[in-house]
Amino acid sequence: MGKQYETVIGLEVHVELATKTKIFCACSTEFGGKPNSHTCPVCTGMPGSLPVLNKQVVEYALAVGLAANCKIHQYCKFDRKNYFYPDNPQNYQISQLYLPICYEGGIEIETKDGGKKTIGIHEIHMEEDAGKLVHDDWEDVSLVDYNRSGVPLIEIVSEPDMRSAEEVIAYLEKLRMLIQYLGASDCKMQEGSMRADVNLSVREVGAAEYGTRTEMKNIGSFKAIARAIENETARQIDLIESGEKVVQETRRWNDEQGYSYAMRSKEDAQDYRYFPEPDLVPIVISDEWLESIRAKQPELQPQKLERYQAEFGLPAYDAGILTSAKKLADVFEATTEICGKPKKVSNWLMGETMRLLKEKNMDPEDLSFSPENLAKLIELTEAGTINGTVAKEVFELIFAENIDPDAYVEEHGLKTVSDEGELRATIEQIIKENPQSVEDYHSGKQKAMGFLVGQTMKATGGKANPGLVNKILKELL
Amino acid sequence: MGILELTAVELSAKIRAGETTAVEAMQAVIEQIEKHEESLNCYVTFDKEAALHAAAEVQKKIESGELTGPLAGVPVAIKDNMCTKGMLTTCSSKILYNFVPTFTSEAVLNLEQAGAVIIGKTNMDEFAMGSTTETSYYGETKNPWNTQHVPGGSSGGSAAAVAAQECFFALGSDTGGSIRQPASYCGVVDMKPTYGTVSRYGLVAYGSSLDQIGPLCKTVTDCATIMEVIASHDKKDSTSIAREDLDFTSALVDDVKGLKIGIPRDYFGQGLDPEVKEAVLAAAKTLEEKGAVVEEFELGLVDYAIPAYYVIAAAEASSNLERFDGVAYGYRTESYEGLHNMYKKSRSEGFGAEVKRRIMLGSFVLSSGYYDAYYLKALRTKALIKEEFNKAFASYDVILGPAAPTTAPKLGASLSDPIKMYLGDIYTISVNLAGLPSICVPCGQDSKGLPIGLQLIGDCFQEKNIIRAAYAYEQTGHFAKCPLAE
Repeated sequence: MGKQYETVIGLEVHVELATKTKIFCACSTEFGGKPNSHTCPVCTGMPGSLPVLNKQVVEYALAVGLAANCKIHQYCKFDRKNYFYPDNPQNYQISQLYLPICYEGGIEIETKDGGKKTIGIHEIHMEEDAGKLVHDDWEDVSLVDYNRSGVPLIEIVSEPDMRSAEEVIAYLEKLRMLIQYLGASDCKMQEGSMRADVNLSVREVGAAEYGTRTEMKNIGSFKAIARAIENETARQIDLIESGEKVVQETRRWNDEQGYSYAMRSKEDAQDYRYFPEPDLVPIVISDEWLESIRAKQPELQPQKLERYQAEFGLPAYDAGILTSAKKLADVFEATTEICGKPKKVSNWLMGETMRLLKEKNMDPEDLSFSPENLAKLIELTEAGTINGTVAKEVFELIFAENIDPDAYVEEHGLKTVSDEGELRATIEQIIKENPQSVEDYHSGKQKAMGFLVGQTMKATGGKANPGLVNKILKELL
Repeated sequence: MGILELTAVELSAKIRAGETTAVEAMQAVIEQIEKHEESLNCYVTFDKEAALHAAAEVQKKIESGELTGPLAGVPVAIKDNMCTKGMLTTCSSKILYNFVPTFTSEAVLNLEQAGAVIIGKTNMDEFAMGSTTETSYYGETKNPWNTQHVPGGSSGGSAAAVAAQECFFALGSDTGGSIRQPASYCGVVDMKPTYGTVSRYGLVAYGSSLDQIGPLCKTVTDCATIMEVIASHDKKDSTSIAREDLDFTSALVDDVKGLKIGIPRDYFGQGLDPEVKEAVLAAAKTLEEKGAVVEEFELGLVDYAIPAYYVIAAAEASSNLERFDGVAYGYRTESYEGLHNMYKKSRSEGFGAEVKRRIMLGSFVLSSGYYDAYYLKALRTKALIKEEFNKAFASYDVILGPAAPTTAPKLGASLSDPIKMYLGDIYTISVNLAGLPSICVPCGQDSKGLPIGLQLIGDCFQEKNIIRAAYAYEQTGHFAKCPLAE
């Protein structure tokens, strides 16, 4: 039997903070926008410009640090990380090396076997994002868009505590949920507001020392991260098994092709010549300030999970799903507040909403319909104004376009036909037209009943009250 | 007395009184520039039409009563490392030969709002690195007292322009003596304020933790008046300090009775020119005769200031100057292959030798494995030097000494030996490391007729003590006028 290996993984997660303005100037942080429209002398690094720290960045970093059980450096500083690249207009990035704002924390995850495990957090530091390079191969030029330059980031550096892709995903999901709950970031991987670098090494089970690690940068989704981890683990084990050495290097994961390739080795690693940023004064976080942040911390997922079970009588499983994303919990609470029917709201979110999210490959954070419209839909269904089939159709439109269900049902005449006289007339007509079915029914064929109900529904465009249809049919037959 | 003989404060008073106009003052300055600029080379950028236009605009505002301040209508020269919107700002470097800023530095804005009129941008050592103004890409500036000599640096263009009456006053910047040493070589008055007093926003950074803007001018009264205008709390500069005590002109009193003046023995040892020593000690004597209490004392750590400074300033400079890469503005090499080759060639061709030397020095002291041995040690030394000054200021109100070990050296005599040039900063550098305010005033001439500067150093935020001492000394009539200007 071959040797047993274990994978050792640590993550560096970059999260763009949800501040309105950039970390060192008053420019907007909004995603998109015409290239270089959200810029000023500071975030384009013009000579003579100086950075001024956005206080909200410190508050978000503290909020995340406290929620991740970190210690806080109440006297902390920024440092300059020097490297030449055109996406970085000053050719240095203002970051934190020597005294990061948060350190020595940890987040608890659930493992595959249902146990719990704490993933240590080495530090959380604040820094500025870089601009974006656009390479135009046709014109053989590269262009720079500085809209993202100076967007505030926190980098959350974990300890090498994870042992599998599952643990990594569990940690990332937990982290994302935590940050979303705090409102510190929307954590959208597709838009780059959450990015992860994976540090990975393998070693024989029981070995005391870590193996040589590689780093895979900026992998675009949780699924891609899982694939990259499986692939890199296998690659490193292959190297070791065949007597070769793992080289410490940075690798790029190509998710479409399903393989990674070396970008630069440790020998090429740059000397960033870090030193304290002289243009910014040290940040002194008073006990009062820290306490005010602590006091302002919103209700986090574990508390919400308990409250949903206690207050709304939801099963633990349902409460778990509803609280798994801040946005889902927000929609649940807001809708329940309006219609007062937590179980109905829960059913719509757990059922149709989750189905559509999955079908459209969306995140709960992308939900854009208003709780008012979902509440109206629930009222319409509860009052019997529309039947279940119609409700599902209408919900798809609420989900996609946030339509007003009252107006839509009215305009399209989707109300359930509950007028007994009108229905009776329709059914009489159907019985007349389907003598064979009537005969079958009388000879005991239950299927015939189903057929007649179906014909009735068809004739009423699906709007007939099904209970009433059954009742009238039986009477007439 | 010709209009050029007036101090800034006197000129503005006459303009506001209707005895002359901002335009007449500007015309007189332009005539003087046209007469002497060819031999002196004080300015990098000088736009006659723009200056006259600006003067006319200011004159209108003075006449309409909109501008009433003590500098309204006065032509001013700005060191070329302060951004001026729409006006070339080169830092006397090839790499910024075409750089036109989109905003004006805060100190200059304060002057403009007070009605001072910008004449142009003065020559300097490239990126303020040098002590002679010879490292400028745009040719050296010459000392108006004797054009065989340097004006000092790095604010040499500003100092020479004031001495030669090519302006009524000028702004300079001081990282290790770059205002005080040229002021002393050119026989003008200046101040390097407490770090954080004048906003650095718009000043192209050399050593961010040491840089400070200050005036170069004709009298102590002008100096205090200009300081009141340029000092401000600027939220755009995180190191700018909110101060309540910016009424510097209140210290313009001819009274030093009981003022305690300390003379560091360490400032009068080896390397100090005997003529400079004599003049500075004579000035101390004069102040003593006016009632000041003068004592000698040991300052300590004086020898450590220069190495600590060159480590810290070079480290910061190596990073501050990274942005000059030929990507978005400034000089880009003609032909290149790929990004790194473009960086390399643009910077190799765009920077001069002294700038490259300091970038290399700074990059070295910050590199991994050397950071602790050099940079951290220099920071600790800086803290210890500050402590030495704290001890001294527990006993004295003012520390008196020379501004430089010698008078202005001859052109070409300094650059061949950079270490010697660096050692010339010995009396000025520790003031920047400790963030202190310092004023220099002329205190005589050597046998060659070159001016000698007296330096008065105060504790942090105690500019008024040194203004008072300088003003009292000035009243004794030891200031000489530059022969060229007469």
